[in-house]
Amino acid sequence: MATPPESHQLDPKNWVKAYADYLYMYAITRVNDAEQAQDLVQETFLAGLNAMSKFAGKSSERTWLTAILKNKIIDVYRKKASGLRTQELVNTGGEDADFFDATDGHWKAEHAPQPYGIENYDPLEGKELRGILKRCMEKLPPLWQSVFAMKHMDDEATETVCTELKISPANYWVIIHRAKLNLRACLQKNWI
Amino acid sequence: MPSKKLDITMNPLKGIIYNCRKATFLADKKLEGKISFVENIQLRIHLVGCDACKLYLKQSGKLTAMVKDLMKTPVGSNVRLDSDFKEQLQERIDTHLSKN
Repeated sequence: MATPPESHQLDPKNWVKAYADYLYMYAITRVNDAEQAQDLVQETFLAGLNAMSKFAGKSSERTWLTAILKNKIIDVYRKKASGLRTQELVNTGGEDADFFDATDGHWKAEHAPQPYGIENYDPLEGKELRGILKRCMEKLPPLWQSVFAMKHMDDEATETVCTELKISPANYWVIIHRAKLNLRACLQKNWI
Repeated sequence: MPSKKLDITMNPLKGIIYNCRKATFLADKKLEGKISFVENIQLRIHLVGCDACKLYLKQSGKLTAMVKDLMKTPVGSNVRLDSDFKEQLQERIDTHLSKN
Protein backbone atom coordinates (compact mmCIF):
# COMPACT_ATOMS: atom_id res chain seq x y z
CA MET A 1 0.00 0.00 0.00
CA ALA A 2 1.20 3.49 -0.83
CA THR A 3 1.94 5.64 2.16
CA PRO A 4 0.41 9.10 2.09
CA PRO A 5 2.89 11.90 1.47
CA GLU A 6 4.44 13.25 4.60
CA SER A 7 2.66 16.34 5.76
CA HIS A 8 4.75 19.42 6.45
CA GLN A 9 4.49 21.33 9.70
CA LEU A 10 5.00 24.97 10.48
CA ASP A 11 7.45 25.93 13.19
CA PRO A 12 7.46 29.74 13.29
CA LYS A 13 9.76 29.90 16.32
CA ASN A 14 12.44 28.59 14.04
CA TRP A 15 11.73 30.77 11.00
CA VAL A 16 14.28 33.51 11.55
CA LYS A 17 17.06 31.04 12.22
CA ALA A 18 16.19 28.74 9.35
CA TYR A 19 14.98 31.05 6.58
CA ALA A 20 15.76 34.71 7.24
CA ASP A 21 19.04 34.71 5.32
CA TYR A 22 17.64 32.63 2.49
CA LEU A 23 14.60 34.87 2.05
CA TYR A 24 16.73 38.00 2.33
CA MET A 25 19.00 36.72 -0.42
CA TYR A 26 15.99 35.82 -2.54
CA ALA A 27 14.56 39.30 -2.10
CA ILE A 28 17.75 41.28 -2.61
CA THR A 29 18.60 39.62 -5.91
CA ARG A 30 15.16 40.64 -7.13
CA VAL A 31 14.58 44.11 -5.71
CA ASN A 32 18.19 45.24 -5.59
CA ASP A 33 17.71 47.35 -2.47
CA ALA A 34 18.97 46.16 0.93
CA GLU A 35 16.50 48.10 3.06
CA GLN A 36 13.52 47.10 0.96
CA ALA A 37 14.67 43.47 1.01
CA GLN A 38 14.78 43.60 4.83
CA ASP A 39 11.27 44.97 4.97
CA LEU A 40 10.06 42.28 2.61
CA VAL A 41 11.47 39.53 4.80
CA GLN A 42 9.75 41.03 7.84
CA GLU A 43 6.45 41.40 5.99
CA THR A 44 6.73 37.81 4.79
CA PHE A 45 7.13 36.42 8.30
CA LEU A 46 4.28 38.54 9.65
CA ALA A 47 2.00 37.56 6.77
CA GLY A 48 3.02 33.94 7.34
CA LEU A 49 2.06 34.14 11.01
CA ASN A 50 -1.35 35.50 10.10
CA ALA A 51 -1.90 32.88 7.42
CA MET A 52 -0.80 29.83 9.39
CA SER A 53 -4.30 28.41 9.50
CA LYS A 54 -4.30 28.31 5.70
CA PHE A 55 -1.17 26.19 5.49
CA ALA A 56 -2.22 22.81 4.11
CA GLY A 57 1.05 20.99 4.64
CA LYS A 58 1.42 20.19 0.98
CA SER A 59 4.60 22.15 0.44
CA SER A 60 7.63 22.59 2.62
CA GLU A 61 7.75 25.46 5.05
CA ARG A 62 10.44 27.15 2.98
CA THR A 63 8.49 26.84 -0.27
CA TRP A 64 5.43 28.25 1.43
CA LEU A 65 7.26 31.26 2.85
CA THR A 66 9.02 31.84 -0.48
CA ALA A 67 5.66 31.94 -2.25
CA ILE A 68 4.46 34.63 0.17
CA LEU A 69 7.65 36.62 -0.43
CA LYS A 70 7.34 36.25 -4.17
CA ASN A 71 3.87 37.78 -4.13
CA LYS A 72 5.22 40.69 -2.13
CA ILE A 73 8.02 41.19 -4.66
CA ILE A 74 5.48 41.24 -7.49
CA ASP A 75 3.65 43.96 -5.54
CA VAL A 76 6.88 45.95 -5.51
CA TYR A 77 7.24 45.55 -9.27
CA ARG A 78 3.64 46.54 -9.77
CA LYS A 79 4.05 49.72 -7.75
CA LYS A 80 7.26 50.55 -9.56
CA ALA A 81 5.60 49.96 -12.91
CA SER A 82 2.60 52.18 -12.31
CA GLY A 83 2.94 55.83 -13.11
CA LEU A 84 4.97 57.19 -15.98
CA ARG A 85 3.85 54.29 -18.09
CA THR A 86 2.38 56.29 -20.95
CA GLN A 87 5.43 58.48 -21.23
CA GLU A 88 7.74 55.50 -21.19
CA LEU A 89 5.94 53.78 -24.00
CA VAL A 90 5.65 56.83 -26.20
CA ASN A 91 9.21 57.86 -25.61
CA THR A 92 11.75 55.25 -26.68
CA GLY A 93 13.58 56.06 -23.46
CA GLY A 94 16.83 54.58 -22.30
CA GLU A 95 20.23 55.96 -23.11
CA ASP A 96 19.81 56.50 -26.81
CA ALA A 97 16.69 57.90 -28.35
CA ASP A 98 17.01 55.75 -31.42
CA PHE A 99 19.42 53.23 -32.84
CA PHE A 100 18.00 53.22 -36.35
CA ASP A 101 17.77 55.64 -39.20
CA ALA A 102 14.31 57.20 -39.25
CA THR A 103 13.87 56.95 -42.99
CA ASP A 104 15.23 53.55 -44.02
CA GLY A 105 15.33 51.63 -40.74
CA HIS A 106 19.03 50.77 -41.03
CA TRP A 107 21.30 50.63 -38.02
CA LYS A 108 22.93 54.01 -37.52
CA ALA A 109 26.63 53.41 -38.06
CA GLU A 110 27.60 54.39 -34.49
CA HIS A 111 25.02 52.04 -32.97
CA ALA A 112 25.50 48.96 -35.14
CA PRO A 113 26.40 45.84 -33.13
CA GLN A 114 30.12 45.14 -32.93
CA PRO A 115 31.64 41.86 -31.83
CA TYR A 116 32.87 42.49 -28.29
CA GLY A 117 33.17 39.18 -26.58
CA ILE A 118 29.82 38.74 -24.87
CA GLU A 119 29.25 36.03 -27.47
CA ASN A 120 31.77 33.96 -25.55
CA TYR A 121 30.62 35.00 -22.08
CA ASP A 122 31.36 32.42 -19.44
CA PRO A 123 29.21 32.80 -16.30
CA LEU A 124 32.03 31.49 -14.14
CA GLU A 125 34.50 34.13 -15.25
CA GLY A 126 32.09 36.92 -15.90
CA LYS A 127 32.22 38.83 -12.63
CA GLU A 128 33.21 42.18 -14.09
CA LEU A 129 30.76 41.86 -16.94
CA ARG A 130 28.00 41.09 -14.43
CA GLY A 131 28.73 44.34 -12.64
CA ILE A 132 28.46 46.28 -15.88
CA LEU A 133 25.25 44.47 -16.83
CA LYS A 134 23.75 45.28 -13.46
CA ARG A 135 24.52 48.97 -13.81
CA CYS A 136 23.12 48.94 -17.33
CA MET A 137 19.88 47.38 -16.09
CA GLU A 138 19.53 50.05 -13.42
CA LYS A 139 19.50 52.69 -16.14
CA LEU A 140 16.38 51.26 -17.77
CA PRO A 141 13.04 52.98 -17.08
CA PRO A 142 11.26 51.48 -14.02
CA LEU A 143 8.47 49.80 -15.98
CA TRP A 144 10.98 48.08 -18.24
CA GLN A 145 12.99 46.98 -15.21
CA SER A 146 9.89 45.45 -13.66
CA VAL A 147 8.92 43.61 -16.82
CA PHE A 148 12.45 42.44 -17.34
CA ALA A 149 12.98 41.32 -13.77
CA MET A 150 9.67 39.47 -13.55
CA LYS A 151 10.26 37.74 -16.81
CA HIS A 152 13.76 36.57 -16.09
CA MET A 153 13.90 35.85 -12.40
CA ASP A 154 11.55 32.89 -12.42
CA ASP A 155 10.83 32.42 -16.11
CA GLU A 156 7.41 33.88 -15.55
CA ALA A 157 4.98 33.32 -18.42
CA THR A 158 4.27 36.28 -20.69
CA GLU A 159 0.60 36.21 -19.69
CA THR A 160 1.46 36.41 -15.99
CA VAL A 161 3.76 39.39 -16.48
CA CYS A 162 1.14 41.17 -18.59
CA THR A 163 -1.64 40.53 -16.08
CA GLU A 164 0.35 41.47 -13.00
CA LEU A 165 1.81 44.63 -14.50
CA LYS A 166 -1.31 45.50 -16.50
CA ILE A 167 0.28 45.81 -19.90
CA SER A 168 -0.93 44.49 -23.25
CA PRO A 169 1.00 41.67 -24.99
CA ALA A 170 1.89 44.10 -27.81
CA ASN A 171 3.41 46.54 -25.34
CA TYR A 172 5.14 43.66 -23.61
CA TRP A 173 7.03 42.79 -26.78
CA VAL A 174 7.97 46.38 -27.42
CA ILE A 175 9.28 46.71 -23.88
CA ILE A 176 11.30 43.49 -23.99
CA HIS A 177 12.77 44.47 -27.32
CA ARG A 178 13.63 48.04 -26.37
CA ALA A 179 15.11 46.92 -23.08
CA LYS A 180 17.36 44.52 -24.92
CA LEU A 181 18.37 47.08 -27.53
CA ASN A 182 19.36 49.44 -24.73
CA LEU A 183 21.11 46.82 -22.62
CA ARG A 184 23.08 45.50 -25.54
CA ALA A 185 24.16 48.99 -26.53
CA CYS A 186 25.09 49.82 -22.94
CA LEU A 187 27.22 46.68 -22.67
CA GLN A 188 28.93 47.42 -25.94
CA LYS A 189 29.70 50.94 -24.82
CA ASN A 190 31.09 49.91 -21.44
CA TRP A 191 32.77 46.63 -22.18
CA ILE A 192 34.97 47.19 -25.21
CA MET B 1 -6.11 41.82 -61.05
CA PRO B 2 -2.96 39.73 -61.00
CA SER B 3 -0.69 42.66 -60.28
CA LYS B 4 -2.60 43.51 -57.13
CA LYS B 5 -2.43 39.95 -55.90
CA LEU B 6 1.31 39.95 -56.41
CA ASP B 7 1.54 43.12 -54.40
CA ILE B 8 -0.21 41.57 -51.45
CA THR B 9 1.95 38.47 -51.40
CA MET B 10 5.14 40.51 -51.73
CA ASN B 11 4.14 43.01 -49.10
CA PRO B 12 5.30 41.06 -46.05
CA LEU B 13 8.81 40.98 -47.49
CA LYS B 14 8.99 44.46 -48.85
CA GLY B 15 9.17 46.15 -45.47
CA ILE B 16 11.71 43.81 -43.94
CA ILE B 17 14.59 43.26 -46.31
CA TYR B 18 16.28 46.55 -45.56
CA ASN B 19 14.73 47.28 -42.20
CA CYS B 20 16.98 46.51 -39.23
CA ARG B 21 14.54 48.11 -36.79
CA LYS B 22 11.92 45.53 -37.63
CA ALA B 23 14.39 42.69 -37.97
CA THR B 24 15.79 43.19 -34.47
CA PHE B 25 12.25 43.24 -33.07
CA LEU B 26 11.56 39.93 -34.78
CA ALA B 27 14.91 38.60 -33.57
CA ASP B 28 13.90 39.23 -29.96
CA LYS B 29 10.52 37.63 -30.56
CA LYS B 30 12.22 34.62 -32.08
CA LEU B 31 14.46 34.26 -29.03
CA GLU B 32 11.34 33.99 -26.90
CA GLY B 33 9.93 31.34 -29.19
CA LYS B 34 6.91 33.48 -30.01
CA ILE B 35 7.62 34.25 -33.64
CA SER B 36 5.03 33.38 -36.29
CA PHE B 37 5.77 31.39 -39.41
CA VAL B 38 5.62 34.42 -41.70
CA GLU B 39 7.66 36.56 -39.33
CA ASN B 40 10.32 33.89 -39.16
CA ILE B 41 10.63 33.83 -42.94
CA GLN B 42 10.87 37.62 -42.98
CA LEU B 43 13.60 37.53 -40.39
CA ARG B 44 15.59 34.83 -42.14
CA ILE B 45 15.48 36.69 -45.42
CA HIS B 46 16.73 39.82 -43.70
CA LEU B 47 19.54 38.00 -41.94
CA VAL B 48 20.89 36.57 -45.19
CA GLY B 49 22.00 40.04 -46.16
CA CYS B 50 22.62 41.69 -42.81
CA ASP B 51 25.63 40.82 -40.65
CA ALA B 52 24.82 43.51 -38.08
CA CYS B 53 21.46 41.92 -37.28
CA LYS B 54 22.98 38.44 -37.33
CA LEU B 55 25.33 39.63 -34.63
CA TYR B 56 22.45 41.31 -32.81
CA LEU B 57 20.52 38.02 -32.69
CA LYS B 58 23.53 36.22 -31.28
CA GLN B 59 24.30 38.89 -28.68
CA SER B 60 20.68 39.32 -27.66
CA GLY B 61 20.42 35.59 -26.98
CA LYS B 62 23.55 35.72 -24.88
CA LEU B 63 22.19 38.76 -23.06
CA THR B 64 19.09 36.83 -21.97
CA ALA B 65 21.28 34.07 -20.59
CA MET B 66 23.38 36.61 -18.72
CA VAL B 67 20.38 38.40 -17.24
CA LYS B 68 18.89 35.11 -16.04
CA ASP B 69 22.22 34.16 -14.57
CA LEU B 70 22.43 37.52 -12.82
CA MET B 71 18.91 37.27 -11.37
CA LYS B 72 19.24 33.73 -10.17
CA THR B 73 22.59 33.75 -8.50
CA PRO B 74 23.19 35.74 -5.36
CA VAL B 75 25.17 38.96 -5.49
CA GLY B 76 27.70 37.55 -3.08
CA SER B 77 27.60 34.41 -1.00
CA ASN B 78 28.29 36.48 2.13
CA VAL B 79 25.01 38.40 1.95
CA ARG B 80 23.36 38.03 5.33
CA LEU B 81 20.48 39.72 7.02
CA ASP B 82 21.62 42.11 9.73
CA SER B 83 21.78 40.25 13.07
CA ASP B 84 20.11 43.03 15.08
CA PHE B 85 17.29 43.03 12.59
CA LYS B 86 17.00 39.28 12.97
CA GLU B 87 16.78 39.57 16.75
CA GLN B 88 13.99 42.12 16.46
CA LEU B 89 12.19 39.85 14.04
CA GLN B 90 12.50 36.92 16.40
CA GLU B 91 11.06 39.02 19.21
CA ARG B 92 8.11 40.10 17.08
CA ILE B 93 7.39 36.50 16.15
CA ASP B 94 7.68 35.34 19.76
CA THR B 95 5.32 38.09 20.91
CA HIS B 96 2.85 37.18 18.23
CA LEU B 97 2.98 33.49 19.17
CA SER B 98 2.55 34.13 22.89
CA LYS B 99 -0.65 36.08 22.19
CA ASN B 100 -2.28 33.12 20.49
